[in-house]
Amino acid sequence: MSNGFMENSVVRWIEHRLPIFSFIDHSVGSGYPAPRNLSYWWNFGSLAGVALVIMIITGIMLAMQYTPHVDYAFDSVERIMRDVNHGWLLRYLHANGASFFFIVVYIHIFRGLYYGSYKAPRELLWILGVVILLLMMATAFMGYVLPWGQMSFWAATVITNLFSAIPLIGESIVTWLWGGFSVDNPTLNRFYALHYLLPFVIFAVVFVHIWALHVHGSNNPLGIDTKGPQDKIPFHPYYTVKDLFGLGVFLIVLSAFVFFAPNYLGHPDNYIPANPLSTPPHIVPEWYFLPFYAILRAVDFDFLWIVPAKLGGVILMFGSIMVLFILPWLDRSPVRSAKFRPIYRQFFYIFAIDCVILGIMGAKSADGNTFGMTNVFISQVATFYYFAHFLVIIPLVSTLERPKPLPSSISEPVLKGGGSMAGATAKPMEKA
Amino acid sequence: MAESTVERTQDDEGEDRRDFLYLAAGAMAVVGTGAFVWPLVDSMNPAADVLALASIEVDLSAIEEGQAITVTWRGKPVFIRHRTAAEIEEARAVPVDELSDPESDDERVQQPEWLVMIGICTHLGCIPKGQKAGEIKGEYGGWFCPCHGSHYDTSGRIRKGPAPLNLPVPPYEFLEDTTIRIG
Repeated sequence: MSNGFMENSVVRWIEHRLPIFSFIDHSVGSGYPAPRNLSYWWNFGSLAGVALVIMIITGIMLAMQYTPHVDYAFDSVERIMRDVNHGWLLRYLHANGASFFFIVVYIHIFRGLYYGSYKAPRELLWILGVVILLLMMATAFMGYVLPWGQMSFWAATVITNLFSAIPLIGESIVTWLWGGFSVDNPTLNRFYALHYLLPFVIFAVVFVHIWALHVHGSNNPLGIDTKGPQDKIPFHPYYTVKDLFGLGVFLIVLSAFVFFAPNYLGHPDNYIPANPLSTPPHIVPEWYFLPFYAILRAVDFDFLWIVPAKLGGVILMFGSIMVLFILPWLDRSPVRSAKFRPIYRQFFYIFAIDCVILGIMGAKSADGNTFGMTNVFISQVATFYYFAHFLVIIPLVSTLERPKPLPSSISEPVLKGGGSMAGATAKPMEKA
Repeated sequence: MAESTVERTQDDEGEDRRDFLYLAAGAMAVVGTGAFVWPLVDSMNPAADVLALASIEVDLSAIEEGQAITVTWRGKPVFIRHRTAAEIEEARAVPVDELSDPESDDERVQQPEWLVMIGICTHLGCIPKGQKAGEIKGEYGGWFCPCHGSHYDTSGRIRKGPAPLNLPVPPYEFLEDTTIRIG
C-alpha cells in the first residue's frame, strides 16, 4: 500500500484502533509477497472466490422473489423468469454460475494435484479445500431441488434415498431428512433454509482456507520453497492485475453461456413441474456430479455377501471424496511439482482421463453399451482405476520414482550469470 | 490463602476433588447440551399433521381384471393391480428359494386377485413403469424401473437389477369386498 495512503490522518485514526488496512495489505496487497513464477493455473483460487460472491449476491436477490412451498415454488421461479425485472438474468447467472463455480474449483483441485500443493506444509490447507468441495456439493444439490421441477424432485428422491442404504438406521434417517414419508413440502422448506445457510458456512471455511494459505504462501509451478525476497514479488500489483485479467476471461465465458446458451448445462425435464407419481425415463444429475454418479451405479454386485450392492455404491461414492482427505499421506514423494516427476506426471494425465470417462458414463443410461462394452462394465473399470490411482499408484510411484534434479531456487535461472535484476542475457524462465 | 497451605485430599492415583468436579460438571454439560439438541433434531422428523394423513380408503370396484390404478398414500404412490388368473399363476409358480428377497405370493396378498404395494423402487426411490396399459413391464411381466433397470414380477418381487428388496406391501385391510383402507 502506498505510503501516501497510510499517512492520511483518517486512515491512521482507523488503523490505530482497527488495523484493517494493514490486514488487507498483508492479505492481497503489496505487503503480501508471492512466488514470482506463478502461472495462470494459480488464477483459479481467486476465481472461485469471485464465483462464490456472485452466487451469494444473485442468490440473495432470488431469495427475495422465491416461495419455498410445493404449490408455489415452480410458479414463483417462472414468475422470476417472466415478471421480475431482470429476474431471468439473476436466475441464469445463478444457475450457470453454479456450473462455473464447479469448473473453476475442479481446475483448482487438479492444479493442486499436478503441482503437489497438498504436500507439507499445506496439508490442512488441502483438507479445508476438500471440506469446501463437500459443502459446495451439498449446497448445489439442495439448490437444484428448489425450482421443484421433475429433475429437482427426482434428484432429491434418489440422493436422499442413498442414506437408506445405511444398515439398521437408514430408513429412519431418510424419514428424518424428508420430514415425512416422501420428498414433500417439509423437505423443500428445509432444503431452502440450508441452501441459504451453507454458502455462508462455505464463506467461513474459505476464510480459514486463505488464512492457512497465507501462513506458508502459495505453492508454485516449480514446487520448491521460496528462499528469499529475490524469489518473490508483491501480490499487488503483480497478481492483482493477473487475477483481474483472468477474471475478465472468466466473465466473458460465463456471459457467453448466460446470454446465448443459458439452458445448455441444464435439463429440459426441469421445466416440467414436479410429479411424485411419475419418474422421468432418464434421470441424470447435473454435469458436475456425473463422475460420482457413475461410481454409485458401478456397484451392481454384493461385496463378499456382507455389503449389499446399494450400500457398496454409496460407500464408494462418498469414498471417492474421502480419499482426497488422506492424499497428503498417500503421496510420500518430497518433490511437489509433477514437472520433476516423470512417472507421476503420466499417471496424473491418465487419472484426469479416467475422471472424464466416469463423467461420460454417468451421463449415459445404466443399461446401455459403448464400444461393445456395457456402460456398467466401463464404469466399474474406471471406478477401480480411480481408487487404484490414490491407494496403489500414488504410494508406489512416490517411493519408486526417481525425480529429476530440482532447481536450487526460483530466481536462479533468471538472475544467474548477468548479476543484474532480470538480466537480459539470462536464460528465460521456463513457462509453467 | 496461599495454594501450598491448602490441604488437598488426594489418593494414590493423584485424583482429587477437583477432578470429580470437572467430570461431574462436564457430564452435566453433555447431558444439558444433548437435552437441548434433541428437540432441534427431532423437529425435523414428520410432524403431527404429516402423521395424521396416514390412512386412505380406496374403492376397487371400477378396476377391471388386468387393470391397475395408482393412489397416493403418505405422498407415496400405491400400486393396486387387479391381477389376471395367468398373472397369479405365474407369481405362484416361482420357486421361493430362487428369489433374492424370498417371499411367496401368498404372503404378499390378502386376496390373490388384488395386489397392493408401494410403487417405489427399493433401489433409489424411482417409480417403476408397468401401471399403464402401454408401458414396459419388464422381463417378468410386472414392473420395470427405468432409472437403473430393476425388474419386478407379477407379485412385485425383485427379479433382476440393483434393487435389493421386493416392492413393500403397505398395511391395509378389506372393509368390504371392493373397498380397502390403506394405513
